[in-house]
Amino acid sequence: MTVASEQHGLEAPMPNATVGLDPAEVAKLRAARRERVGRWLLPVVILALSVVLWDRVCVWNEIPHYIVPRPGLVLEALIADWPILSVALLNTLKITFGALFIATVGGLALAVLFTQSKWIEISFFPFAVILQVTPIIAIAPLIFIYVDSVQAGLLICAWIVAFFPVLSNTTLGLNSADHNLRSLFALYGATRWQTLRYLRLPAAMPYFLGGLRIAGGLSLIGAIVAEFVAGSAGSGSGLANQILEASYRLNMPRMFAALLLISVTGILIFLVMNLISHLLLRSWHESALKREH
Amino acid sequence: MIAKTLVKASQDVGPQGDIVSLEGVSKTFSNGTVALKDLSLGIRAGEFLSLLGPSGCGKSTALRIISGLTGPTSGRLRWPQETASQPEHELSFVFQEPTLMPWATVFGNVWLPLRLKGISKSAARDTVMEALEMVGLASFAQSYPRELSGGMKMRVSIARALVTKPKVLLMDEPFAALDEITRFKLNNDLLALWQRFGWTVIFVTHSVFESVYLSNRIVVMAARPGRIVNDIAIDAPYPRTEAFRTSTLYADHCRSVSQALHSAMDANDHL
Ligand SMILES: Nc1ncnc2c1ncn2[C@@H]1O[C@H](COP(=O)(O)OP(=O)(O)O)[C@@H](O)[C@H]1O
Ligand SMILES: [Mg+2]
Repeated sequence: MTVASEQHGLEAPMPNATVGLDPAEVAKLRAARRERVGRWLLPVVILALSVVLWDRVCVWNEIPHYIVPRPGLVLEALIADWPILSVALLNTLKITFGALFIATVGGLALAVLFTQSKWIEISFFPFAVILQVTPIIAIAPLIFIYVDSVQAGLLICAWIVAFFPVLSNTTLGLNSADHNLRSLFALYGATRWQTLRYLRLPAAMPYFLGGLRIAGGLSLIGAIVAEFVAGSAGSGSGLANQILEASYRLNMPRMFAALLLISVTGILIFLVMNLISHLLLRSWHESALKREH
Repeated sequence: MIAKTLVKASQDVGPQGDIVSLEGVSKTFSNGTVALKDLSLGIRAGEFLSLLGPSGCGKSTALRIISGLTGPTSGRLRWPQETASQPEHELSFVFQEPTLMPWATVFGNVWLPLRLKGISKSAARDTVMEALEMVGLASFAQSYPRELSGGMKMRVSIARALVTKPKVLLMDEPFAALDEITRFKLNNDLLALWQRFGWTVIFVTHSVFESVYLSNRIVVMAARPGRIVNDIAIDAPYPRTEAFRTSTLYADHCRSVSQALHSAMDANDHL
């Protein structure tokens, strides 16, 4: 039998024919291009303007550099102190990504475990909530008393902060697989493993990635907070330690430089997570689709 | 119950008897809703049977019981022709929504029933493409569901149901969400496939016109509690085409089925 008529009649082909655009469509295209450029140009311009403003305010009000350094001075400090700061950055990155990794794997594994048995979820979910709602800054000192290795302590703190969004999002995602699809899997006699592998995990993917995006930012926050509490100097010290140390000496440019590094790291993590999410979902999920209006 | 002997099997399948039968089936949900009450129905091999009734009369529940997705509270379901050694009923289910996995291609979606049986992609390729061919979507194998129209998604859903070569096809208002033109087209294609393969089709609908056009037997149901109130044979010959849709015979059948449906609903006119 033939369904050619339906395919060609009801389904418009890709809009590759640009001949004969009417003015309204041209205007729409132009608006789209303007939005595309504006999307990155505007934030950059605003950012540049605020840096200039920062500089001008320092000059106009004759603010001394040991209170608020001018942007140029921060840049100089960043270059001059790079040997120290880069080591600190590396240490902070290690903790951040170590924690993010454990949070991701652990959160995912726990979520899968939770959805396999209602009773496991009921028993252990409260623990996850307790860990989540207790401010890490309050638990951290205890952790550093009980755990000998500072590195391990830092990792645990950052992990506690980061794992909850992965866990709760993935649990939600695993449970939100389409009801009829679940019936279909049951009808075809799918095993528990098959249902997990082919239905629940793919359905949970967008939720998991949403959790991962939050966890990326939180693991950096967790690492920095833990470094502040640990307060250790020496070989393992991270950016937070640099900020502390610089503040004792009123070395404002270096404080700002370290702060800048932390922000840039956070932004990069955010962008990388967005990219991963986009790459994994682009072929099918609504959030990653470009719609023709 | 209305005698099911009313129905003459108008297919040339021979007097094989029932392929599946419900015997005094009742279903009460845990919240107290009586979805079905003492329902008895025998379905013959090769029949195109429509379950017709207002929404909430238990059509979906009956279908889910036949599929084995849920069990009856009392009464029983029998597959008289099956031997004990047969591992599973050879049936497929088509839902009202296409129920496709958005993350998988059209091919991946149709492959699913075979994949769950442990058949590899390369081993399944021919069978999957054959099923896609039947619904006319072979050239869309690598598309994602989001790229398809509503009618095409439903075709994929039908291809997925056909890929296991079922004997019984359960369809729960499969075309209710489609526009009329697409629905008519799919009606015709479904009939053509049914005549070619001779499955038993149990088709749930709330459209009198659709049920008369498609089926050779219509079971009219009423709600609260869900029950059968009429069992009507539609003896118009197949193949049925657009000419049948505009014939007086069709109009006559529609009128009598419509009357049966309305007297079923009048029983519940307090609703
Ligand atoms: N899982 C369920 N739990 C409780 N009540 C249900 C459930 N499924 C269906 N029902 C109720 O059973 C009745 C029949 O439902 P259904 O079989 O879906 O009817 P139909 O498909 O004819 O519209 C309705 O009143 C509905 O609300
Ligand atoms: Mg229904």
